[in-house]
Amino acid sequence: MKNNVETLIGNALNGDRASIGRLLTYIERSPEIASKILSIIIQEKGGGHVIGVTGIPGSGKSTLISRLISHYKNSGLRVAVVAIDPTSPLSRGALLGDRIRMQEHATDPRVFIRSVPTRGVKGGLSFSGVAMIEVFDRLGFDKIIVESIGVGQTDIDIMNLAHTILVVTAPGLGDEIQALKAGIMEIGDIYVLNKSDKPEANRTYAYLDFALETGEIGSEKIKWKPRLVKTSAVMGQGIEDLVDIIEEHLQFIKKSGIYQEKIRVRRRYMVRLLAEKLFLETLENLSDSIEPTGKNIYEEAVQLLKETLSQFD
Amino acid sequence: MGGATNLLDLIKKTRNRRIKVLIAKLGLDGHDRGAKVVARALKDAGLEVIYTGIRQTPEQVVETAIQEDVDVIGVSILSGAHIPLMTKLMRLLRERGLGDIPVFLGGTIPLPDIPKLKELGIRNIFLPGTPLRDIIKETLEAALERSRE
Repeated sequence: MKNNVETLIGNALNGDRASIGRLLTYIERSPEIASKILSIIIQEKGGGHVIGVTGIPGSGKSTLISRLISHYKNSGLRVAVVAIDPTSPLSRGALLGDRIRMQEHATDPRVFIRSVPTRGVKGGLSFSGVAMIEVFDRLGFDKIIVESIGVGQTDIDIMNLAHTILVVTAPGLGDEIQALKAGIMEIGDIYVLNKSDKPEANRTYAYLDFALETGEIGSEKIKWKPRLVKTSAVMGQGIEDLVDIIEEHLQFIKKSGIYQEKIRVRRRYMVRLLAEKLFLETLENLSDSIEPTGKNIYEEAVQLLKETLSQFD
Repeated sequence: MGGATNLLDLIKKTRNRRIKVLIAKLGLDGHDRGAKVVARALKDAGLEVIYTGIRQTPEQVVETAIQEDVDVIGVSILSGAHIPLMTKLMRLLRERGLGDIPVFLGGTIPLPDIPKLKELGIRNIFLPGTPLRDIIKETLEAALERSRE
């Protein structure tokens, strides 16, 4: 296994796609091997720009990403996509369909798309998903686009791993109160009103514009002012504007030191996710074997906690 | 009845294995109902299914299988062009070192073509009316055999 992993990494660094695909599988299957892989390609290339794309299901994230891929690859950049889709809590199966909209890029040697099921992780981003982003970065991909599952207002984990966050929405999905609510509408660096060829687009644009303007009140720190851009991914409209604003944001975070800070945040998050995963798996195994009396639940819980942690001594 | 119990055992056995299947619509036909029904059935059986959408070339299917590192490939063709398409797909898979991935074919395939398709290395051909449980069972078995090798 050891030599195997080293050979795979060597080939992957030379751009061999089958080796990259297999490395990602190892990362999914075993945290130990993932850790080993990351320790070998510690900082081979790096310097990639991680773009998180979130927003409600059906807002056109995948189609928009496909347009971004076209743009970046035509500029000679290498693009990796981590496309996250939900795992069924009932069957543990998943139907991963994000790449349907991106299949025109399937055979392009500069583009690598990988579908990642959530596998029961609450926010949708598993340890292996974040580790994959690290690997793509270290393999020298210039743009690493993460498509989140986009479940409504709680899907904010993406903050912890992306340099630039795009929140995608579409016309006709609620009024200004929706736009003012806490959660997903607070995390974007760039808000994208997609499907803007639809007739209600102007009104939705006004709601969003109002929400973003009011967000300015009271914020004293000199920081990035969230931007709003209209696109129609299907018609190919507004993509140039969006790309320009993404680059503007990248320059901003590089100048202000946020770029490096976000890498630190991402790595801290990766370690936390792995700790959580190890802990919860062990806890789950042990909790099957205890027989609670129901009399002193708190003490029994603490005992379970201690036993769980003792497994790592 | 015996078959159904077997299938449940298989599903239980593979529950923590994260088997990845690629479901691909190869060639120029838009009849994707069958592929979607199969994709959904496999998902419900606990597999991770990547669906390519319609009108894929053999090159796209092979590249997708590489990037997703799948355990099994299921191809759906209802255009009548299954012989040339599958010939090319199987050749490309071998050329790219993926000759060990089990490949299934589903669709409107005339019976006389089946021996030729099997000669190409296709593991099995599912004709219209094949029970979903047979498809799930054979997919799981194929994935298990491959991971044992």
